[in-house]
Amino acid sequence: MIEFINFYLVPGFAIGSVYALGAVGISMIFGILRFAHFAHGDLMTVGVYGVFAATVVFPVNPFLLVPVGMALAIFAALFVDKVFYQPLRKLPTIYTVISSFGVALIFRSLIQIIGGSENRVFGSGIRPPLILFDTFRLSSLHVQAVTTTAVIAVVLHIFLSKSMTGRSMRAVADDPELAQISGLDTEKVVRWTWIIGAALAAIAGVFAGLDTSAHPNLGWNLLLPMFAAAILGGIGKPMGAMAGGFIIGLAEELSSYHWIGESALISPSYKTAVAFVIMIALLIFKPQGLFKGRLL
Amino acid sequence: MELTGLFFYLVSILIAGGIYSLLCLGLNIQWGMGGVFNAGIAGFFATGAYASAILTTSTSAKHIGGFDLPVLAGLLGAGIISGCVGWAVAKICIRLKSDYLAMASIGIAEILRLVIVNESWLTNGSLGLSGVPRPFAGLASGRTADIVFLVFIWVIVIAVFFFSQRLYDSPWGRSLRAIRDNEQSASAAGKDVEKFRIQTFAIGCAIMGIAGGLSAHYFRFLSPSATDPLLVTFLVWVMLIAGGSGNNRGAIVGALSIWFLWSVTEIFTNRLPPEWITRSSFVRMLLVGLLLQYVLQRFRAGIIPEKAPKLRYSEEE
Repeated sequence: MIEFINFYLVPGFAIGSVYALGAVGISMIFGILRFAHFAHGDLMTVGVYGVFAATVVFPVNPFLLVPVGMALAIFAALFVDKVFYQPLRKLPTIYTVISSFGVALIFRSLIQIIGGSENRVFGSGIRPPLILFDTFRLSSLHVQAVTTTAVIAVVLHIFLSKSMTGRSMRAVADDPELAQISGLDTEKVVRWTWIIGAALAAIAGVFAGLDTSAHPNLGWNLLLPMFAAAILGGIGKPMGAMAGGFIIGLAEELSSYHWIGESALISPSYKTAVAFVIMIALLIFKPQGLFKGRLL
Repeated sequence: MELTGLFFYLVSILIAGGIYSLLCLGLNIQWGMGGVFNAGIAGFFATGAYASAILTTSTSAKHIGGFDLPVLAGLLGAGIISGCVGWAVAKICIRLKSDYLAMASIGIAEILRLVIVNESWLTNGSLGLSGVPRPFAGLASGRTADIVFLVFIWVIVIAVFFFSQRLYDSPWGRSLRAIRDNEQSASAAGKDVEKFRIQTFAIGCAIMGIAGGLSAHYFRFLSPSATDPLLVTFLVWVMLIAGGSGNNRGAIVGALSIWFLWSVTEIFTNRLPPEWITRSSFVRMLLVGLLLQYVLQRFRAGIIPEKAPKLRYSEEE
């Protein structure tokens, strides 16, 4: 039981919080701009490398430098939206999807050119686990990831339901034409969507990068589980995407627990396939997700 | 001496260009004619490569079979198996709208890749398959064998090209384009939209499988790293869009010109200072990404745009 909590349940929540933060952006972009943003994973990597570059200049705790990564990711997102996505907005969305594939490639190759393609480890290697009641051994990073995500979820919920900008974002997600004729500034909404999506992606990327190591494919490898989470939560439902992220993270980790007999239920080498299978099954049977999202 | 070296360099470019032309023709049937988005080209390419390699290698204890069949049977098997996998995938996913189909097809390609890496009884895992035979190996040896292979591959490319041209002009192809351009009206005219889409997806996947098989026979060795989605999926998309999607000639021209650019830039990047050489492939990737953006914004119709025949018997450009 203790083993189950220490090695499966808690890591499941930790990776789940990475997926949750990434999926919020994907879900909001899909809901407001109407396209699946395939460069979102690489936007995370941009954020991670931003933090990494900052730690080289200022050798302090990487958590203090997360804003640098967020700023870099926000700048990158706004730049590619302006230069690459906006000119295609009048065309069928599939062109923007293809364009975002290209943007993913541009981000990744820029990172490889500037940062090199080797793995990079933040700070000192070994961090002692937190030991509670002599039985629970928790990695402090996992605790930080889950708490941060919970705080962000609350703040985001308040922002979306109380602030003027947040409410216009929900209006545009519900019905873009109606929102525009009601006089909402859709360009401002689009800008805020990128800012929030990119900032959360950078935070998620830093947690993923600190947990193992940072490498140029970090974000791309996380992309499909994040899509799965966004669809599971219902497109255009940020809180649903959060819940979806935790469900996908837990499903991945718990699938390799030895539920029956001695061996793992599903071999850990197929762990990532669990998210893909969930995603494909959802797309076929319940594309609107668990929380009644939109079907675009 | 310099000249023969250049000649064989050209031969190797044209062989790889032929494989890319096949992939582009396959994608053109799916996307250019049918409007079906496939972002999992690498998965079907790998399926075909492994199918053909397993069918034609001699018996081995390290992986399943080694059935020692002739190369043509292996390629046929590659086409059939990839086509069947494509059919099964399409049967499940084809109703999805394009964005969702993109996610699902990447997911399926990743699952296929995981199976290839992990199921070593089937594929010998990351160690790969060696001793994949070349077709007509008795005709020539050494470097001349590459010329035989070049002819072999282009015979197949031309056969597939004529097949695609025939498909494009056939009633089947016209219905398909009608579905692509206006799904509702095609459906109102009594076309079974889903059935056409499944067929177009399966045919395209079969061609991608043959391309995969050919690459296995060319390199004589196959490992999971040969099916890198960057090189197989991304590059093929850029080639088709730059060449002109919907046009079979455009698909081949796009494949050859982009592949030529890709290979020639390698010559220049190899002259960079040594600390830059390791990063040169990333520079090329960056350029491909930028090229895609340029093509999407300024040059969407491609080098040879699609030109639908006005009359049934009119001369095609």
